Amino acid sequence: MIEESQIPWVLASSSTTAVEATSTGFFPLQWLGVLLGLAGLIFFLGAAVGMVRFPDFYTRMHAAGKGDTLSTMLMLSGFALVTMEDFSVGSWLILVKIMAVVLFIYLTTPTSSHALMRAAFEDDEMPLTEADLEKSKKRKRRKKK
Amino acid sequence: MTHWFAIVMGASLFTLMIPVIYRIWVGPTGFDRILGVNVIGTKTAVLLVIIGTVFDRVEMFVDFAIAYALLNFVAAIVISRYLNRTISLKEMEAREQKTSGN
Repeated sequence: MIEESQIPWVLASSSTTAVEATSTGFFPLQWLGVLLGLAGLIFFLGAAVGMVRFPDFYTRMHAAGKGDTLSTMLMLSGFALVTMEDFSVGSWLILVKIMAVVLFIYLTTPTSSHALMRAAFEDDEMPLTEADLEKSKKRKRRKKK
Repeated sequence: MTHWFAIVMGASLFTLMIPVIYRIWVGPTGFDRILGVNVIGTKTAVLLVIIGTVFDRVEMFVDFAIAYALLNFVAAIVISRYLNRTISLKEMEAREQKTSGN
């Protein structure tokens, strides 16, 4: 583990907590990162369930587009905080890089899902209507009889 | 402690990818499959950062994650543009006849 003499630059207030964190567990900023990561996992659970359960391409795209973007951003920023063990220049560089990935995903994932949705719409992929739902209900009734 | 959190997080992320793989496998339309591939590609960027945390080499794996996210975005855009233009000539003619008939 990291000795205090090896750390080039440590904030005066957090130096004791950083050394404790290497031996016992997380310090408060890392707990925030753990919480963000778990929240991202919950959102990805929602996206995965939506992708399996929803009846239609557009509804599945709704679940995947929203849940995927938010969960990726939450998990990446959580890991950016978890890897901040000491406040050295190297860990700040990692934080900035991970935040660059977060910004990139924030811009690109909605763009790609929009492009995919537009391609599906121009390829005459029809959304599910109320008539289709009634048809599927009738089929279920026939199966029961 | 950080390592254990990363390992548990990566394992659960990988487990949650299985429903998405199911959607890629059975997806009724091609668009569903591309959507699933897109979701898994985005999550692989996160998984790369997690692997970097496990191996204590985050500074290296973050660059891989950036490259992977970029590739994924380009692939999604290219595939959607490609599918956008591929209507067969017969379908085009049928559409034109429909619109002119009305």
